[in-house]
Amino acid sequence: MSAESAVRRIERTPPAEIERVRKWIFTEEYREKNFARQALVVNPAHACQPLGAEMVAHGFKDTLPFVHGSQGCASYFRSTFNRHFREPAPTVADAMTEDGAVFGGQNNLFEGLENAYSLYKPKMMAVFTTCMPEVIGDDLTAFIKNARLQGHIPADFPLPYANTPSFNGSHINGYDAMLKSILETLSAGHAPQGADNGRINLIPGFDANTANYREYKRMLKAFDVPFTLLADISDAFDSVNDGTYRPYPGGTPLEEAAEVLNGKATLALQKYSTVNTLKWLGEAAQGTVESLAMPIGIRNTDAFLLKLSELTGKPVPEELKAERGRAVDALTDGHQYLHGRKFALYGDPDYLLGLVSFLLELGARPWHVLCSRTTRKFEKEMKALLETSEFGRGCTVYINRDLWHLHSLLATDPVDGIIGDTHGKYLARDHNIPLFRVGFPIIDRINLHRLPLIGYTGTLNLLTQLANRFLDIQDETCEDQWFEMMR
Amino acid sequence: MSEKIIPGITTERTEKLIAQTLAEMPEKARKKRQPHVGANEPEASVCAVKSNRKTVPGVMSARGCAYAGAKGVVWGPIRDMVHVSHGPVGCGYYSWGTRRNLVQGVPGVTSFAMDFTSDFQEKDIVYGGDKKLEQLLREADALFPLNHGLSVLSECPVGLIGDDINAVTKKMEQELGKIVVPCNCEGFRGVSQSLGHHISNDSIRDFVIGKRSFDAPATPYDVALIGDYNIGGDVWAAKPILEEMGLNVRATWTGDGAIEEIAATHQVKLNLIHCYRSMNYMCKVMEEKWGIPWVEYNFFGPTKIAESLRKIAALFDADIQAKAEAVIAKYTPMAQAVIDEYRPRLEGKTAMLFVGGLRPRHTVGAYEDLGIQITGTGYEFAHQDDYDRTAPEMAKGTLIYDDVSEFEFERYVEELKPDLVGSGIKEKYVFQKAGIPFRQMHSWDYSGPYHGYEGFRIFARDIDMAINSPTWKLIKSPF
Repeated sequence: MSAESAVRRIERTPPAEIERVRKWIFTEEYREKNFARQALVVNPAHACQPLGAEMVAHGFKDTLPFVHGSQGCASYFRSTFNRHFREPAPTVADAMTEDGAVFGGQNNLFEGLENAYSLYKPKMMAVFTTCMPEVIGDDLTAFIKNARLQGHIPADFPLPYANTPSFNGSHINGYDAMLKSILETLSAGHAPQGADNGRINLIPGFDANTANYREYKRMLKAFDVPFTLLADISDAFDSVNDGTYRPYPGGTPLEEAAEVLNGKATLALQKYSTVNTLKWLGEAAQGTVESLAMPIGIRNTDAFLLKLSELTGKPVPEELKAERGRAVDALTDGHQYLHGRKFALYGDPDYLLGLVSFLLELGARPWHVLCSRTTRKFEKEMKALLETSEFGRGCTVYINRDLWHLHSLLATDPVDGIIGDTHGKYLARDHNIPLFRVGFPIIDRINLHRLPLIGYTGTLNLLTQLANRFLDIQDETCEDQWFEMMR
Repeated sequence: MSEKIIPGITTERTEKLIAQTLAEMPEKARKKRQPHVGANEPEASVCAVKSNRKTVPGVMSARGCAYAGAKGVVWGPIRDMVHVSHGPVGCGYYSWGTRRNLVQGVPGVTSFAMDFTSDFQEKDIVYGGDKKLEQLLREADALFPLNHGLSVLSECPVGLIGDDINAVTKKMEQELGKIVVPCNCEGFRGVSQSLGHHISNDSIRDFVIGKRSFDAPATPYDVALIGDYNIGGDVWAAKPILEEMGLNVRATWTGDGAIEEIAATHQVKLNLIHCYRSMNYMCKVMEEKWGIPWVEYNFFGPTKIAESLRKIAALFDADIQAKAEAVIAKYTPMAQAVIDEYRPRLEGKTAMLFVGGLRPRHTVGAYEDLGIQITGTGYEFAHQDDYDRTAPEMAKGTLIYDDVSEFEFERYVEELKPDLVGSGIKEKYVFQKAGIPFRQMHSWDYSGPYHGYEGFRIFARDIDMAINSPTWKLIKSPF
């Protein structure tokens, strides 16, 4: 065949060319080219909205997350949670397909609600969307109203729903949208009347560390103040193994969440993942509504406890004061192993603000701070935080840049450590820099979500992990004459 | 083959279990699910269990989507291409590094197991993403110049807003001088991953195969390994066996695959197909268009490996047949040593499976080599021909379930009380919380390879470790 003769032979890349490119991607020239790209995103450090919505849903008792849209999305969210927590993540989808694209997804929603209600016996289903119904313009408000009218779901069954288009924002925005909808739904008919109920509503935000939730509860209990933790994923994603599988092993009780507007105060420990929830609460709730920095590090934890003290009118409990003292003792003992060390960090805005605050108070330098989907407001706030400390001098902030940009940054302006989720492990390997796994998802190490990072205990954990890893590296890599008993 | 019998498993009991379980479902769902579950009839030429239908909304299915089948299964494992997840950020993010299709090469230089995405924003939905895609492909080729091709995998919005990625890839293939492949695998298409495999096969047919020729002289022993995705290094355990019996493995589809070798595969003499479900389409295309025969084989467990090697060798000359016998003779004692070590601890145990393309039937022999019987099996996304191939492998009366819901699966396992469940990550912790040993059979639970003789040793170790771990004994608390 003549066409055959025109077929190109397989071309193998010559080893010298591989070597050239291998070196080239570490150069200033490559960095410039890499930062000039406009359309291509390589290795982003953020997920999409519905994943965040699903996490909120798992944080409420007897609540079944319900994905309106393509079933494949539900499988992706679930398996991401399964891998991070090594726990079940029961979630249904109404499995829209081509005909849904033409006729809309109302019938899928009806059938899905009916089946899920009957098979999994939830007390609430939290509905959120994938791209497909968002693009075709499904009207969830009407669909859910119709579902009740036509008897597919009992009239009084709580069905909060949120539009969570993946082509907008990231998982933290989906978290926000779903949380707001759940609270709006549950609190309907529980509007403020008379005096507040004395409770403090605490919103940790998008945080995939179950131990942090337990730590928040422990601190609040130490204050001996009634509180409601919204949305409490600690038992859902760190449940016991006693030989019985429970689809809903914990979470914020719905009746407690229903009183959210009657609390004495609402405190969010992340602000970028709770923007709309707080805005709504600010208008609807009778107590004070505010957000604080995530309590990572001593100062942020101090601020959190002082706020609790202010809200409750009680002094910070002695046991927490002692914890602070011990954590500070550990920092003054251990600072020498971290002072001046440079770090690259990537992750969600609130986590980054907390971690940077901790590094600065330790005397370490948050050299490259990168968030792959966020706002100018965050950039400003981060820069302002860096300016509060001499250790922030020269540090740089990159927003809406990805982990391949970070590759170039590490190549041309290296650091001592990287802090971020599992996706940074290729950077760590390429640049021979240790990765400290913080954030979401962590899918290549066990149990890190079971070690708190917030509060004084969390600060101690972070310090220990950072310092000891550098000491391990020193012991593992130094030449014989520099190997010694003490460090 | 003598008929398999498992003590306690009868058609009557299985049918009763099915009836009881489905009785708890709403009527419409029950009617839809009924045809997808049945008691096995090994002699039946057509399996009665129906498949490849729409998932019932709200029942909690384990299925993925067409994109997952395209990106995760077919394209992702090709190591030297830039695979662009075209659309919003999530799909590419969740499928980044989560299938364990290992690759050789220098990451970011010659191999690209990374997440390339157009990260669609609202404006891309409104104005369309074709222009962005064109620029993106140009940028990707400039920043990763040693790629041998680029694929564009559409996510849901792309098809809904009417973008024409095929026009873009056609233009860019000319401009870049590389293979640039469109794959219209939007997640809402079809009923499962399976359509994504099919669409991807069609893309290979239309845009890849025949575009290159091999750079070494042809021999009568040139074969391609089709449908091995190198999970945990499977290809690296399978290929050497075939080479040892004298065959030249010229291309691997698509585990640790090179796109130009795939493009030249029309020049091989025989296609060996492991995962029939995901790749039979292209085997049939190559048979029709180039007259290349294909043969299914099974590299799980020594019994099936030996059967497969003889079946493959029979298609070649006496020399290859003699070498195949030599390979079997060489490795059988090693496999026997593995059996001698583990079988005493596993004899008489039972397992239930629920996996993807080939494993619900292909791994049965490997379990049986270890003395474990399979009491139930099923597929997430199989078709009738998969179930027809499954029936003879399973004992009479065993439970066959298609696209099983979590609700059903829990009930079935509760009743049949297997010593092991082999399924996916979404099922793993459900059953482990119930105290039932579990192995992920998609990802080999971060172990592997499981293919070939080397793989069998690891498989046996893992199954023994799962079933006989002392940790299960700690679950019952003394207080």
